[in-house]
Amino acid sequence: MELDPLLLSRIQFAFVVCFHAIFPVFTIGLASYIALLHGLFYKTDNQAWDRLALFWTKVFAVVFGMGVVTGIVMSFQFGTNWSNFSYATSNFLGPMLSYEVVTAFFLEAAFLGVLLFGRGKVPEGVHLFAAIMVAVGTFISSFWILSANSWMQTPSGYEMIDGHFHITSWMAAIFNPSFWYRFAHMVMASFLTGGFVVAGVSAWFLLRDRDVEANKKALSMCLWLLLFLAPAQAVIGDFHGLNTLEHQPTKVAAMEGNWETGSNVPLLLFALPDQEAQTNHFEIGIPSLASIILTHSADGEIPGVSEVAPDEQPPVALVFWSFRVMVAIGMLMIGVAIAGLLLRRKGRVFQSPFYLKTLVGMIVSPFIAVLAGWVVTEAGRAPWLVYGVMTHAQGLTPSLTGGMALFTLIGYVAVYTVVFWVGIYYLTRVVRNGMLPGTAEVTGEVERAKRPFSAAHTPFDGDFEGASK
Amino acid sequence: MISLDLAIIWAGIIGFGVIMYVIMDGFDLGLGILFPFAPDDESRDVMMNSVAPVWDGNETWLVLGGAGLLGAFPLVYSVFLPALYIGVFLMLAGLIFRGISFEFRFKSKKNRHWWNRAFCGGSAVAAFAQGAVVGAYIQGFAVEDFVYVGGALDWLTPFSVLTGLGLMAGYALLGATWLILKSEGYVQQWAYRITPKLLVAVLVVFGIVSLWTPLVSPEVRDRWLNQIHLIWVFPILAMVCAYVLYRAVKRQEEGLPFVASLGLFIFTYLGLIASKWPVIVPPNYTIWDASSAPESQLFLLIGVLFVIPIVLAYTAWTYWVFRGKVRVGEGYH
Repeated sequence: MELDPLLLSRIQFAFVVCFHAIFPVFTIGLASYIALLHGLFYKTDNQAWDRLALFWTKVFAVVFGMGVVTGIVMSFQFGTNWSNFSYATSNFLGPMLSYEVVTAFFLEAAFLGVLLFGRGKVPEGVHLFAAIMVAVGTFISSFWILSANSWMQTPSGYEMIDGHFHITSWMAAIFNPSFWYRFAHMVMASFLTGGFVVAGVSAWFLLRDRDVEANKKALSMCLWLLLFLAPAQAVIGDFHGLNTLEHQPTKVAAMEGNWETGSNVPLLLFALPDQEAQTNHFEIGIPSLASIILTHSADGEIPGVSEVAPDEQPPVALVFWSFRVMVAIGMLMIGVAIAGLLLRRKGRVFQSPFYLKTLVGMIVSPFIAVLAGWVVTEAGRAPWLVYGVMTHAQGLTPSLTGGMALFTLIGYVAVYTVVFWVGIYYLTRVVRNGMLPGTAEVTGEVERAKRPFSAAHTPFDGDFEGASK
Repeated sequence: MISLDLAIIWAGIIGFGVIMYVIMDGFDLGLGILFPFAPDDESRDVMMNSVAPVWDGNETWLVLGGAGLLGAFPLVYSVFLPALYIGVFLMLAGLIFRGISFEFRFKSKKNRHWWNRAFCGGSAVAAFAQGAVVGAYIQGFAVEDFVYVGGALDWLTPFSVLTGLGLMAGYALLGATWLILKSEGYVQQWAYRITPKLLVAVLVVFGIVSLWTPLVSPEVRDRWLNQIHLIWVFPILAMVCAYVLYRAVKRQEEGLPFVASLGLFIFTYLGLIASKWPVIVPPNYTIWDASSAPESQLFLLIGVLFVIPIVLAYTAWTYWVFRGKVRVGEGYH
C-alpha cells in the first residue's frame, strides 16, 4: 500500500490541533470565571468566593501549562507539513500567528505571575485587575487565531501576486466575513466548557459532602449562567450557519446531508451518506425543516453537495455526523440547564444524586462538542485549505513522503499520549485535593509565571507526604 | 527603500532571538546532558533548582523565533522545516519531555528516577538536533524555485552529526560553568573538574568543523580566504575566551568561567553569520529573497518592538530575583 503524505498530514494536523485545542478552550472560559470569582470576592468579601478562586486558579495553572507545552508543536506544524501553504499565505498568517504568540508572552510576563502567585502579596484590587487582564488576554489570543482560521474559510482583503497572497486591506482581511460569527461561537463554546466543568466538579464535591457551602454557591451560579449560555449558543450557531450558507454553501449541504439542490429539504435525523453513489441510505427526517431553518420558508432552496464536482466535495458522512454530534450535545446542554431550573424551583437541585451525577458526566461533553464542531468546519471546507483558492494538495510540503509523515504521526501520538495521561492524572490529583487548605503542599518550589504548574502544589506521587518527612 | 531596511531590521531581531535562545536554553539543556554524571541526587536537585525559575522563559525565544520567521522570512520557515522534518520532530519531542520532567520531578519522590531519565534524554536529543541544524545550515539545502526538493535525511551527514555532538558538548560546557556560578561545595568542585574536559571536547570539534567547513561549503571558503580578512577577528576572540575560561577555572573564579563560555558561543555565532551573510537559505537565497511583503514585516514589527522590551525586562528581573547560590537541600523539605 502506498502511503499518502496528504492524508497522513491531514490526520497529523487534526490530531495535534485537536489535542492542543482542548486545553485553551477550557482556559479561555475558566479565566473569565476566575476573574468573576475575584470580582465577587472583592465586592462581597465572602470567603467562599476566595476559596473557589484559589482552587480554580490552581486548575487553571495546570491546564494553561498543558496548553503551552502542546502549543509549541503547533507553531512548527505549518512549516513541516504545509510548507507551500505557509509560504503562499505567510504575508497574512505570519503576522497573525506571531501576534498570538506576542499576546501570550505579554500576558504571561505581565499578569499571569500576579494572578498565580500574587495572593496576599499585592493589594486585592491589583489581584483582581490581573485576573481580568488574564481573561482579556485569552480573548485577544483567540482573536488572532480565529481571525487566521476565518480568513482561510472566507479569504478577503488580498490580491494574488506570483502565487503569493498580498494583503491590500488589513481591516478586510482580519475582520473577514466569517470572523465575528466564528469568534462569538467559539467564545461561547469556551464559556460553556468552563461552565460545565465547574458545575461537574462542584457536583462531584457535593456528592462527597466536601466544601458544601462554596460548591453550592459555585454550582448555583454555574447553572444560572448555563441557563443563559446554552440557548444563546444555539442562536449564535444558527447565525454562524446562515453565514456559512452564504459563503460556503457546499459545507452546509454536507452538514445537512443534502446531495441535490432543491426546496422543501427535510431535516435529517439519521442517514448513511454514500459519497460514491452521491446519495443517502436509510434516511429518517422531518419534512421541509432544513429549508425552514436555513431560509425561514418551507419551499426555500437549499444547495446540494452535487453542485460541485466529486473531487471538490467534502467527506459528507464525516461532516454530517460530526454536525449531529455537536448539535445533539448542544441540545443536551440546554436540557440539563433547564432541568437545573426545574429542580431549583422544587428546592432539590443540590439534593438529587442523579442530577449531580449527570453533571459530573457532562464534564466531557463540551470538549466533544467543540472538537466535533471543528471537524464540521474544517472537514466541511475540504478540499480547500484557503477556500476557493488553494487546496490541501497544493498546500502540502512537496518534499514530504508518506514514510516521513507516518513517522512523525506515530511519534506525536506517542509523545502526546504520555503527556496527556500524565497531565490528566495530575489534574485529577489537584481536583481531588480540592479546597482543603494545607493538604500535602510542597513548599519551597520556585514559583514563576513562566512555570504555571508551580502554582499547583499537589504532589505527583501517592505517598509523597509520608516519604518527604 | 523601505523593504531593504525592514529585512535588515528583521534579520537583526531574528539573529538576536536565536543567540538569546542558544545561550539561555543552552545552559538548561547542558545541565540536562550532565545530569547522569552528577555526583548524587542532591546535586541533581541543585542543578535543576538553579535553572527552574528561568528555563521556561528561555524557551520563549524559540517560539517567538518560529512564529517570527513565518512572519518575516517565510522562505526560511518553508525550507528549513521541510528539510529538517525529522530533526525538528526529535527536537520538539525532546523539549516536551524535558519540559514536563522539569515540572513533575519537583512534585515527585517515588517516580523521580523516571523524570531524571526524561530530563536527560529530552535535553540530549534536543541539543543534538539543534547542533545538527547548524551543520545542515552550513551545508546548505537543495532548493529549486523557492521550494525544498531534497530528501528526508539529507541533513543527517557525518558533518551534521559532528556539529550535533559539538553543540551537545558546548551546551554541557555552558551548563557546567553556570553551575560553577550558582553552586558551592562539592557540587561546585565537580563542575570545576569537568569544565576543562568539556572545553577540550568543544575545541576539538570546533577545530574539526573549522577545517571541514571549507570543504562542505565553497562560498564559506571563498569568504574566509579571499574576501574579508576582518572575519578572522571572530575565531581569534573565541580562542581568547577559551583561554580566559581555562585560566579562570584554574584560579577557581566563580563568575568569569560562565562569562567566558558565553563569549565563546557569541563569537562563534558571529563568525558563522559572517561566513554566510546576507545568505539566509544557503546556498542561494539572501535575506531579501526570503522576506515577506514589506507591509507584513512592518505590521508585525510594531507588535514585536512593543513586546521584546517587556520580555527582556521580565527576563532580567527574574534573573535578578533569583541571583545567588543554590544550596544542597534548599528548595525542598
